[in-house]
Parts: sequence; C-alpha cells; structure tokens
Amino acid sequence: MQLDNLYQEVILDHYKNPQNKVLASDNDAQVHHVNPSCGDEVTLGVKLDGDKIASINWDGVGCSISQASTSIMSDLLIGKSLDEATAISEDFLHLMQSKGSEEGNPDVLEDAVALAGVSKYPARIKCALLGWMAFKDASVQAHSKEEK
Amino acid sequence: MSFDPVALRRDFPIFDRTIRDGRRLVYLDSGATSQKPQAVMDAEIDFYRHHNAAVHRGAHQLAEEATDIYEGARLTVAEFLNAEEDEVIFTKSATESLNLVAYAMGNAKVGNRFHLTAGDGIVVTEMEHHANLIPWQQLAERTGALLTWFEVTPEGRLDLSNINSVINEKTKVVALTHQSNVLGTINPLEAIVKRAHEVGAVVVLDACQSVPHMAVDVKALDIDFLAFSGHKALGPTGVGVFWGRGSLLEELPPFLTGGSMIENVTMTGATWAPAPRKFEAGVPNMAQAAGLAAALKYLNAVGLENIHNHEIELTTYLLNKFADIENLRIVGPNNIESRGGSISFTFGDIHPHDLGQFLDSQGIAVRTGHHCAWPLNRKMGVPATTRASLYLYNTHEDCDALVQGILDAEKYFGR
Ligand SMILES: Cc1ncc(COP(=O)(O)O)c(C=O)c1O
Repeated sequence: MQLDNLYQEVILDHYKNPQNKVLASDNDAQVHHVNPSCGDEVTLGVKLDGDKIASINWDGVGCSISQASTSIMSDLLIGKSLDEATAISEDFLHLMQSKGSEEGNPDVLEDAVALAGVSKYPARIKCALLGWMAFKDASVQAHSKEEK
Repeated sequence: MSFDPVALRRDFPIFDRTIRDGRRLVYLDSGATSQKPQAVMDAEIDFYRHHNAAVHRGAHQLAEEATDIYEGARLTVAEFLNAEEDEVIFTKSATESLNLVAYAMGNAKVGNRFHLTAGDGIVVTEMEHHANLIPWQQLAERTGALLTWFEVTPEGRLDLSNINSVINEKTKVVALTHQSNVLGTINPLEAIVKRAHEVGAVVVLDACQSVPHMAVDVKALDIDFLAFSGHKALGPTGVGVFWGRGSLLEELPPFLTGGSMIENVTMTGATWAPAPRKFEAGVPNMAQAAGLAAALKYLNAVGLENIHNHEIELTTYLLNKFADIENLRIVGPNNIESRGGSISFTFGDIHPHDLGQFLDSQGIAVRTGHHCAWPLNRKMGVPATTRASLYLYNTHEDCDALVQGILDAEKYFGR
C-alpha cells in the first residue's frame, strides 16, 4: 500500500516511543510552536555546551508524523555542533520540499530519511517540520544568549 | 417521488471519478464544502457564455439580461429564506457577511442604534466558528464593548442556565451559530431570540450549517441578521448571503464603500443607496449568484424536509454504529435530539491526522483538526477531532465504508 511509504516502521516506533520527550528545567532557550492549521503543538528546549548541542528536550501533542519527526530530530542533533545541525536541518527541509523525488542521504539524515514519504503529501509537510522549526528558533535564541 | 440518494449522485459529476488508485469516492466533508450538481455548473457557464455584462451599469441588452439573472437570484434567495427581496445582500462568503455586520456596526455613529461603546455587551457562544467569533472580538476591541459568551456543556450543548445574566440590559448583539460545524448541535433559538429582544439586542445567526440542510425561515425564527455561504449549499464558491431585517438594514451603516452603493457623490462626501445596494459595493459575483440560485432551486426540487430526514436517518445509523466501536468518543451529542449530520470524534490513540490520512487511502474524505473552532476544541478537551459530515448524496454504503475504515485504521496503526 502506498500509505506504507508515509507510515514507515521507524516512524511508528518513534511515535510510540518518543525520544527526549521530557522537558528539562535548565534549558538555555525554550520555545512553543503550533501548527495553526491542525492544532499540533510542541514545546522544545535547547541547552548548549559552547558550540555543541548538549540537550534537545521537548513535549507536545500531535499526529504521528509531527511527534516522530521531533523525536528523530532530537536524537539526530544532540551532540552535533550548531553549524552541523543547521546543515542537517537544511538537508531535511530540502527533502521535505522534494515532492517525493528524493530519498534523502542516510549518512546525513539517518532515521530522518524515513520521513521522505511525507514530501508526497503536501498537507503533512508542516507536521514533519514542526519540531525542526521549533529547534531552529530555540537554538538561535540559545546561541544569542550564549554570545552575550 | 421518493428520496433516492443514489439517483441524486448522478447529478453530481464528481462522483464519476475515483480516488487513490481507483477507489470509490466516499465524500464525508460537506461541512467544509459541498459537491456541486451539474445544474449549478451549467448556470455559471450559461451566464458567462450568453449573458455576461456588469449588472446595473450598462445601457445594453447584455447588461439588462445580466441584471435580470442577478436580481432573479436575489429573489430566489429571498424566497428560500422567507425574506423580502431587498433584505438579501450578496457577499463573497459567510465570513464576509459576518465581517460586514460587525464592521458596519463599528461604523455606526453616536445616536445610531448600532453604536457601541464601553459598557455595551456582545454575546457569542463557545461553539462558534472563528468566522463568527473573531469579528466580534475585534469589534469589542475597537469599541470597548464587553465580549461574553454562553458556555458549552460536556455533551456539546449550549448551557443556557444563566441566560438572563449572559444576555442582559447592556447586551446589544447576540451572535451565534444555528448548527455547530463541529458538534452537530442545533441550538435552541427560541429562548435566546426572546431574551435578546427583551433587552433590545439584535440576533445575528451564523446559518452556514443549517441553511443547506433544513428549512430556515427568518420570519419564523424572528432573528435579525443571518449569514450563509453558497458553497456549502451546493452553490459555487465566491458567493455568500447576508440577510438583515429591512428596518435594521436602513439604519445599519455600510461596510465596504465604492461603486454601485451610492445615491449621490460629491468631492467631499456621499450618500447611500437603499439596501440591498448600500451593502454591495463594486461589480458583484454575478455568475456565482446565478449558480447559487440554481443550487437553491435544486435543493427546493429535492425538498429540504427530505434532505433533513435523510441526514437524520444516516446520522442515527452512524451514531449507533459508532456506539459499538470501542475507544471511539463522539465529541458532541451522541443522540439525534436537536442535532444534524456533522459528527466529530476521537478514536483511541490514533491522532485525527493519521486517521484522516488512512481513511483517505481508502477513498474516504473527512476533515481533521480543530475545524476553525479552536476554543471549542479546548473546551471539549481534545486538541483535534476527525469529522464526518453528511449531505443529501451520502448513503448507508458511505457510512459503512467509514466504519470499516476506522476499524481497519486500528489494525494498521496497531501493527
Ligand atoms: C459554522 C460556520 N460558520 C462560518 C463558516 C465560514 O464559511 P466560509 O469559509 O465559507 O466563509 C463556516 C465554514 O466552515 C462554518 O462551518
């Protein structure tokens, strides 16, 4: 079934077993993002250690795509430098905009390539990007705080 | 002739197509927009092909014909609502109609009955679509008037226990929906209208989800203003209706100003044409008005009572089937008492977006999310729901497909 491209095993696993889904109290920045078209919400915190991402932690309600994507993103980006995280995020955004024409590079995106199928369902791309956009926002805030 | 939805479907060309690799289209999203019968498309095409001209403006035959069609559409709407012809105003949508009345009130000067100030009250309900909530929030903000509301009970009905304090001597406007687009609840207007008029307030009815589905008689309801969208009533997009009681339209200031709505214009000022033209600035959506008239004629030919009864029957059928599905929670009344065919629900741990996506893979079109009624979702304690909404062309087969789809989704996501 074509739907299986969207709901890959990895996605359902992350949905049932979300990673880093406990908000920490000592974040450098914390943001709240919503998807106004469907009501999905995510609160996401970032803690930096110099230039490195020490922690991404979050809480939220939403569909399997938004929840799994946030979970996968947090797993993938923790431990990376801010520059690396930005490059990976851009890769992911590019994949989401590919309308199903790309599979994604597993060396860069790891589990996130499982979300490639989302790019064929325009209404769901925002779901997949919710957590990533929250991370982008939080990491910029955390970084500017660090610089002060 | 007896009511036969399968025969009716043949009037709607969209049902000839298939969905997602050859599946039968099960369209359960008429609450968002209805499908269109061929007669409606023909009416629009006929206008463009044979009669197209700017109404009320040209000194030529086409302009005369276009005006006849446009004004004929107005008469059709008026008859449909049991209203007077001059009380029917064409807008682009219900959203525009509701903004029209809210902004027009905001334009009222001191001495006009619609002039609002701090100390005046505007009453809405917790079950309003954003289109009948935000314009009033904004009006309250601009005028200093106080916005209050009727709450919704856990069953999804209006809590009218405090009606006399919610609608009080200060209340100037009561704006509410006739039928909730989420819960399906049909609101008891009689008590609300009576109380509103007792304190001198006007009642604005959002009839988006009622006019397409049951006979709505503005005189019998004794309301003051009404809004609905053509596209939910088999009509085209781009045309809506704003109806107002004649005497009130006289006093209500205009919202949009410009061509066609004036009586006289100088370099420093203007006076207004009487209603309906006072509220129809610019060249209107003429072909769409023609399409809407065709839609209302179609609904009349089928019979609104037949349509309503059909929807009640299907809704009862679905509610009974839903009652047997474990972990399915209906958000809204779970009985047929004062309710229409808009059925929202949650299902176990499966998020509505995922359920909707699965149903789509089976050819079943539903809506998921907060349905433009975010405060209501919060009140009902659900971030989002799945909504099936029924109309005249739906069948028991459609309902069975939905039930099967829900059960299959459970297997699919439970793997
Ligand atoms: C109850 C209700 N009110 C208002 C609207 C707004 O209608 P439109 O978007 O056609 O202006 C809708 C449509 O979803 C509705 O269901």
